Amino acid sequence: MNGPSFHSVTLDPAKCKGCTTCVRFCPTEAIRVRKGRAAIIDDRCIDCGECIRTCPNNAKKAVSDPLTVLESYAVRVAIPAPTLYGQFDERFSVDRILGGLLELGFTDVFEVARGAELVADATAAWIASAGEAGSGGQWISSACPAVVKLLQVRFPSLLDRLVPVMSPMEAAARIVKERLYPGRTDVGVFFISPCAGKVTVSRFPQGLTESAVDGVIAIKDIYVPLLNALPGVHERPLGHAGARGVAWAHIDGESDAVGVPKAISVSGIADVIGVFEALENGKMKHVAFIEALACPAGCVGGPLTVENPYIARARIRAIERKAAELPPREARFEGAAINLGLEVPVPARSGLRLAPDVFKAMIMLEEAEIIHESLPGLDCGSCGAPTCRAFAEDVARGDAMLTDCIFKLRENVRKLAEELINMERWQPPGLDKD
Amino acid sequence: MQLRYEVSGDDLSLAGKASTEVKRALGRLGVDTGAIKRTAVSMYEAEMNMVIHGGGGIATAELSPDRIVITMEDKGPGIPDLELAMQEGYSTAPEWIRELGFGAGMGLPNIKRNADDLHIESIVGKGTRVTITIDFSGTGGSRP
Repeated sequence: MNGPSFHSVTLDPAKCKGCTTCVRFCPTEAIRVRKGRAAIIDDRCIDCGECIRTCPNNAKKAVSDPLTVLESYAVRVAIPAPTLYGQFDERFSVDRILGGLLELGFTDVFEVARGAELVADATAAWIASAGEAGSGGQWISSACPAVVKLLQVRFPSLLDRLVPVMSPMEAAARIVKERLYPGRTDVGVFFISPCAGKVTVSRFPQGLTESAVDGVIAIKDIYVPLLNALPGVHERPLGHAGARGVAWAHIDGESDAVGVPKAISVSGIADVIGVFEALENGKMKHVAFIEALACPAGCVGGPLTVENPYIARARIRAIERKAAELPPREARFEGAAINLGLEVPVPARSGLRLAPDVFKAMIMLEEAEIIHESLPGLDCGSCGAPTCRAFAEDVARGDAMLTDCIFKLRENVRKLAEELINMERWQPPGLDKD
Repeated sequence: MQLRYEVSGDDLSLAGKASTEVKRALGRLGVDTGAIKRTAVSMYEAEMNMVIHGGGGIATAELSPDRIVITMEDKGPGIPDLELAMQEGYSTAPEWIRELGFGAGMGLPNIKRNADDLHIESIVGKGTRVTITIDFSGTGGSRP
């Protein structure tokens, strides 16, 4: 029932030292240290990239496509995330960065920021129509793939609050295929990504039966070749997105673009969880829209970026101010007529469940509670689990042994030592002569 | 099985801890997501009431495969007129609490909407015990 459990975050076993830093930072308790290495529990990973950010040994990374994926297509369209623009300093305009992509083997570019503007319109329209139909309340943006997976794994009761509109990446890819190159089969669309989660959703899309994206290339992989190409690029009017779309690269950009009053925006996975806990408790009665982004400061904080998120955000804001002064450019295609709605519901994922059967799960939960009582409660991580409670659940499930806890092990050693001393005192009757 | 939590009577920032723990347990069992939401909302409301009015107390959750029974017990001032307290919008919350956006008097009616059974015992000067039952296959809307 969980569907494909593919995730793009992986481990380089040669670099992992078996420390428990990533284990403790993982928001879905998806990592355990086993045999001296950090192992990811597939069903729980939401591709948020926290482990990539926190690993002191750079042993965690996200799999993305190499530039050689372009080779199998005659028409090769780059769809860059607006975050790309913030990776380069003020010498390089959006037009020049887009021109640079054309020097690297792409035959065309279409901005995800333009897709974002259409997604903002569709989102505003959805919230308005839902309100008229009497189903107001709080709507959660579905743009961040890690946030959507967080809901699937940890807050399934909030899945019915997701705005059923596809992400700007999918919107841009569909516009390219359906409007710019209709009916062609030799067109490849490639997302230039700050995000680990987008690699996964381009293969196993959320709420869609198929993704229109053919490959995902990490910003950090394209950064150096692009930087080298930029000085030689002749500037042409290639960008079509306005400030409203470009602003999606950072927190607040999306809610400003959607323009719904009573919106809140939250970034960083820990703060996102705090908002969802409150929402689940019914605490956000006066909120209409929640922009939630897993990375610090939004997509500019993505694990596949190069530049510091806050510097990148300041640059993006400068681009927005400049764009606001210029007249809008002629559109590359005419208006609406592309359906941005999700096609299938986004299901809950059962990764955190103790057992498929509620009775069995109940027995395990009870056992875990008893085990937890007996543990020291230091959450030291030496057992390879993030907390004593998570460890107790692992033991109850049969995934760990009680003596994996060094305090429990020590208790056992002590008992054994006492027993040895006791046994030493006994004499066989033949030798027992007082 | 039973889960038990102490609820602080003077620290509003800690309110919601017990309901978060209970939500975690329900997630581990894999119960119906609607039931999780109804448990979260009603337990959080009751927890807030206990902090704001009851001066803290003890929250217990009795879990079984088909339902959860939450008992919130405080030694606060009690509710003099239960019928009035059940009305939408009625509130005795002090001004500073309302300024924080709480205490709009939605507490008990909101619990009633979400619970499959709600039982309140209150003695003025002694305290209040609120018992909330959520059936995992239920729909809420209890009649007191």
